[in-house]
Amino acid sequence: MTRFPRTLLYLTCLMIITALLTGADWRHFRGTDGNPSSDRPVPDHFDIKTGENIAWRAALPDRGASSPVIVGDQVLVTCSGGTRQDRLGVLSFDAATGKQQWRRQFWATGVTHVHPFSAVAQCTPATDGKRVFAFYSSNDLVCFDLQGNLKWYRSFNLENPTTRNDVGMASSALVVGPTVIVQMENQGESFVAGVDVDSGETRWRIERDHTAIWSSPTLFRGKTPAEDAVLLVSRDRLTAHDPQTGRQLWQHEASCHTVASPVGHEGIAYLAANGLHALHVDPEAGGVTPTWSQNRLRSFRSSPVIHQGRAYSIKAPGILVCGDLDSGKVLWQLRMKGDFWSTPVAAGDRLYAANDKGLVHVVALGKKGKLLRTCDFGEKILATPAVVDGALYLRSDKYLCKIALPETDKRPAVD
Amino acid sequence: MNPAHESPRFRSMSRSVTWLLLLLLFTPTAWAAEVESLLGPLRAVGPKGKGSHEAAQAWKELIEASADELPAILAGMDGANPLAANWIGSAADTIAQRELQQGGTLPAAELERFLMDAHHAPRARSQVYEWLSKTDPTLPARVLPKMLDDPNLDLRRLAVARLMAEAAKAPEARALDLYDRALRSTREMDQLRQIAGRLKKLGREVILTKQLGCVTHWKVIGPWDNTDGRGFDAVYPPEKETVLDFSQSYPGKPDAKGNPRTLKWIDHTTTHPLGEFDLNKILEEEKSVVAYAAGEVYSPRAQDVQIRTASNNAHKIWINGHEVAAYKVYHAGGQFDQYSCDATLRPGRNTILVKICQNAQTQPWARDWKIILRVCDRSGGPVVSDSKDQP
Repeated sequence: MTRFPRTLLYLTCLMIITALLTGADWRHFRGTDGNPSSDRPVPDHFDIKTGENIAWRAALPDRGASSPVIVGDQVLVTCSGGTRQDRLGVLSFDAATGKQQWRRQFWATGVTHVHPFSAVAQCTPATDGKRVFAFYSSNDLVCFDLQGNLKWYRSFNLENPTTRNDVGMASSALVVGPTVIVQMENQGESFVAGVDVDSGETRWRIERDHTAIWSSPTLFRGKTPAEDAVLLVSRDRLTAHDPQTGRQLWQHEASCHTVASPVGHEGIAYLAANGLHALHVDPEAGGVTPTWSQNRLRSFRSSPVIHQGRAYSIKAPGILVCGDLDSGKVLWQLRMKGDFWSTPVAAGDRLYAANDKGLVHVVALGKKGKLLRTCDFGEKILATPAVVDGALYLRSDKYLCKIALPETDKRPAVD
Repeated sequence: MNPAHESPRFRSMSRSVTWLLLLLLFTPTAWAAEVESLLGPLRAVGPKGKGSHEAAQAWKELIEASADELPAILAGMDGANPLAANWIGSAADTIAQRELQQGGTLPAAELERFLMDAHHAPRARSQVYEWLSKTDPTLPARVLPKMLDDPNLDLRRLAVARLMAEAAKAPEARALDLYDRALRSTREMDQLRQIAGRLKKLGREVILTKQLGCVTHWKVIGPWDNTDGRGFDAVYPPEKETVLDFSQSYPGKPDAKGNPRTLKWIDHTTTHPLGEFDLNKILEEEKSVVAYAAGEVYSPRAQDVQIRTASNNAHKIWINGHEVAAYKVYHAGGQFDQYSCDATLRPGRNTILVKICQNAQTQPWARDWKIILRVCDRSGGPVVSDSKDQP
């Protein structure tokens, strides 16, 4: 065997091992790859009052709009509390039993003004499988190992006092290889930082426009890990960057949605910008070719979902729209109830959309969408759910809850 | 290896020395010294991740300390920078959690002494209150009555809440006294509103603007141009004056038809409960404009104060002609006490000049062109009076 094919073989093996190791994780906002989609089904009904399909429900000490992330048998979640929302926390739960494993508390070092509806814990943490990176609206970025040992602490507000958004910063952290990426795009000092996962030191920093963005950095998978890129949304453009250096790879001008995050899927970047835009990425040419755009697939607040050859968006007022992934043609739409801040998740042939009253809409996907039922969580939900191993994880201000069929999880519930 | 090291006598001796060292290491004195040395790297952390590697190693060792060391560990937060305080505080909290989860006890008497010493770092004291109140239901009644004027605003809030609850059950005369005391102590807007509401029912009017130190009497002038946001840094006549002459008039931004406008100072007294003044009402609703407002406060002495503002508009502030703050942010919040800056007042009358900028945004929620400004001490308590109330 020549040297090159052997290297290729090793790389392929490494990719398969990595995929197997990370396959059962949910490491970022909207999942490991920034697209809340799972082929494995989860229960399409649950009842908080009777406990039906509730594997466990754990009480949370403080509030949060951030999503849970899952690594191995751990579910990690962030919280914020206190009169001034300045008491920050990270908690780890056993995914099987819901038992709290550890809790760490600290104080916000930056501005804690947020919309009263939300919380300072509104950015979803990220994990690389060894550590968790908790990021907050106050621009505190804190790293713990998975046993809860504090590794490093960055205060971007102490370093950049004008970096703030008083309705709250909501952009979540993304970790790619040795770099955790955080976007602080606001009317003050605006930048994206690539921070070393080991030391907490800045590997790179790129300056950004002085306009407010709530969208999150999103992973765009390349053919090899070395070709992975990070997608960043600004008000007037989408840019792709090398996660390890911050170097810009390409940009696409558009009037971007400032809240919805893009999705990278099989070489296409899906961008919310006055509708949904499919952009074919050509890494070698260093640019994108618009494939289609569909105005009716516009997002209101949540991000689009790509699942089994379809694109899904929720437009105002609570209308779920399904489009064909190849053409962008709208296939069907259906009306749901309420306002949706949380991005829906798709699992198997179902889609789960939680509105801000905590009503989880379960939609059967197919040639036509059908609203099967709504399940009442009983509390406001702003966080995007997580889906791992046939289980759905919901989080509200008061609870973290695992929904799974009893056949797959017969552990006793805790509260 | 030296053969002598393998002899039974040597092995026995070295075992004894090891045990002795371990014993010494875990004696209270040894731990105290160890805590002191472990706090060093934690206190040395700085911005941009500085000192994290050393701190992480020390943190991991420190969380193994006995709960008896908690007062010493928490004292490490005194004078520490906010990052260091978080390293130390999270280590202390980890120790306390472990102790309580394992059914152990915290050194309650020592921690309560720590709690009652207002010289310690406010956040360290808050942590102590969190722990002790979980295990000792009698704690609030014992300590909160002494915390009505505490520099720690979270503890003070709890003390005021307790007093308010007591007042709600008290006969009218006693309730008046208790609410009056709560009014003087509180630094929280929600409590202030509740107290004012209850006192009103008891026949006593509370003027919130006075309670908060809000400036309510203003002289207002505008508009000047703020096209493309350039007006924020443009120097218009009120900024040039060393002493403001309110009889002066100036050329301003031409009106929508391009006609020249001459601007004059307008007297305005706000009746808004929190002292907000709305330039869309005082002047005219316009986009891409700048206005100035001048106010005056009376300080009984030279003192350091905070100037706190709430506004959806970019604004700058001058005290006695010196610029003290510049916030170039539009339509992003507007919560009470959104911005805060330090300033020094001289004895007697002090002039406050504010420049308030409106941008070109046309969304319905971007219409606001208004501001609230108050002068207070670091705790948010009133320290000045309106100069109109002075002789």
